[in-house]
Amino acid sequence: MSAALEKPARFALGPDDKPIVIASAFIILLLVIGTAYTLVTAGTMTLLSPNYLLQQLQIGAFLGIVAAGMMLVILIGHIDLSVAWTLAASAMMATTVGGPWAIPTGLAVGLAVGLVNGLGVAYLRVPSMIFTLAVNAVMRGLMVAHTGGFAPQTAATDLMRFLAAGRVGGIPMAIFVWVGVSIVIAVVLKRTVFGRTIYAIGNREAAAYLAGMRTRGVIVAAFAACGMLAGLAGVLLAGYSTKAYQGMGDAYVLPAIAAVVIGGANILGGSGRYAGTVVGVVLIVLLNSVLSIMQMPEAGRQIIYGAVIITMLLAYRSGRVHQG
Amino acid sequence: MSRPTADWLIRLRQNTGLASAIALFLAFYLFYNIFHPKGFSTPVLVQNADEAIALAMVAMAQTIPVLMGGLDLSVGAVMTMVNCLASHLVIGSPLQIAFGIVTCIAAGAAFGFANGCIVVYGRIQPIITTLATGAIAIGIALFLRPKPGGKVDEDLSWALTNSLSDFAETYGLFDGGKAAWFQPIAWIPAALVLLVLVILLIWVPFRRTVIGRTIYAVGSAEGAAFMSGLPVDRAKIAAFTLSGVFAALGGLFLAIQTSSGNADLPQASAYTLNSIAAVVLGGTSLLGGSGSAVGSVFGALILRVISFNFRIFDIPPLMQSLVEGLILLAAVSLGGLRVLQVKNRLELFR
Repeated sequence: MSAALEKPARFALGPDDKPIVIASAFIILLLVIGTAYTLVTAGTMTLLSPNYLLQQLQIGAFLGIVAAGMMLVILIGHIDLSVAWTLAASAMMATTVGGPWAIPTGLAVGLAVGLVNGLGVAYLRVPSMIFTLAVNAVMRGLMVAHTGGFAPQTAATDLMRFLAAGRVGGIPMAIFVWVGVSIVIAVVLKRTVFGRTIYAIGNREAAAYLAGMRTRGVIVAAFAACGMLAGLAGVLLAGYSTKAYQGMGDAYVLPAIAAVVIGGANILGGSGRYAGTVVGVVLIVLLNSVLSIMQMPEAGRQIIYGAVIITMLLAYRSGRVHQG
Repeated sequence: MSRPTADWLIRLRQNTGLASAIALFLAFYLFYNIFHPKGFSTPVLVQNADEAIALAMVAMAQTIPVLMGGLDLSVGAVMTMVNCLASHLVIGSPLQIAFGIVTCIAAGAAFGFANGCIVVYGRIQPIITTLATGAIAIGIALFLRPKPGGKVDEDLSWALTNSLSDFAETYGLFDGGKAAWFQPIAWIPAALVLLVLVILLIWVPFRRTVIGRTIYAVGSAEGAAFMSGLPVDRAKIAAFTLSGVFAALGGLFLAIQTSSGNADLPQASAYTLNSIAAVVLGGTSLLGGSGSAVGSVFGALILRVISFNFRIFDIPPLMQSLVEGLILLAAVSLGGLRVLQVKNRLELFR
């Protein structure tokens, strides 16, 4: 608005903060709409009960962990389409190995896939879009060969179940895991050389390289971290549903990208705050939940989901000065 | 001192990607026909063509945004949407069928146009725009066809999924397909003719227009294209619109082939991902600016012929994804080997 441009606001928001504020406002709007709906139809306020909100955060934890890794990769200006089967492969290998080594195996699988992605992108300089797509197909083939195309019969270990579905003091463990991952990622992005290099690469890789940054190592590390977080999400998801199954990661790739972008990160890399990604995840999970409470058919859900993403991004753009 | 290089050699060097895609396809397809019990026969060719055309169309749809340096994650969804629309409209009297076909193509074009407008005027990146509009297209498809079903005109379905002689017989052309001059070409699958017609009548003329060239220019250097006074915005909108048209043609053919509509989300995403793979296999740079829709058609054919080979060698279809992935990895990694020749690492950052 022109008035806002003439008089600087007292609490001026940085360009990275605006999306977070808008998305948070939309989350509150969702809660209001959902509550109004349940008040009218059932006379209850289910959406505002702590139990419901905690449950949403628990479901959001899986997407949140995938999105945290995806954000690292998006910030350097790349994308990881292999998370779907990295997630599934980690879950399947973790349940196959079982015992105390289940979780380390799952994380190691994710890390290994992430390293392959990173090496291909950083050293062979294959566009990440296609390299990770091919790795995804390979992982899918390997896992289908491993399981014979059926859901593996092996079950998740007790520790995996506890981490995903257990509760401590009434709060789901998965939320603690998500919070732990979030703190690490936020600190790394804000306070470490590695984190700042990620932003620098995303802004202009040549400049980062000329400034003496170890760009290739950082790219490999970002992909490795993304793979490992996908692996962690796979381990947790297997724990949540007590076993691994085919295509368990398919529903996480595009929503993870959407969550990162709704959080205000630039899809071309270089800008975006981690808090935005968390808000984006909560928004997507809550949107799905409210729509299913309203018994919206799948057709309407998909249309609303797409429309929300477009509207949010248009809202972030409006009022911003023309960018070069 | 050096001898002038032959013209065809220069052209070959400029189109290495396309040439290797064609060579790879021919090698795979020859292999397939040699080992197929009924290899080199019309029924086999017709069946293969029918299975490959939809992906070839969707790959062409993907090519145009990629040439511009963007990406279209909605091609599979638009194909599915038009597939569902066609299962309602392409039936009845010839006039109704014609109206249905036109409406289907118009729907795809309108969807692509909307994508283009959001990208140009909303200033949202193509990949995110189409991620969102893809969800909308799937939603519309589910709205049109909550359950798989519907029907497409049987004559049309039969005529377009068989050889030209069947096509002529169905519509009583060329003495019911018995005309003497018609015999040498009567064995060609109608679907293949359709694909070639689409390439010759839509892609080739489009590429030669100012808009078509602008798309390549935008992919190479958008700033330079803008400074040169090229219609950048119009080219972007046209690119997505044409992408929508190709995706619609793919959906239309899928409806004609399966004679039904199916709002299948996994199928839509499989088509989208395969279209990206086909574009890359066809020698189009994902960074934009070089490549062609013809290459992508061959990329799509390569992907399809791999699965044909799986069938005759009785390899469990479960392994297919692994082999497809490995071939794709090998293809893109071979392209990555040029990195070893680069002397100045700054050249790599583009």
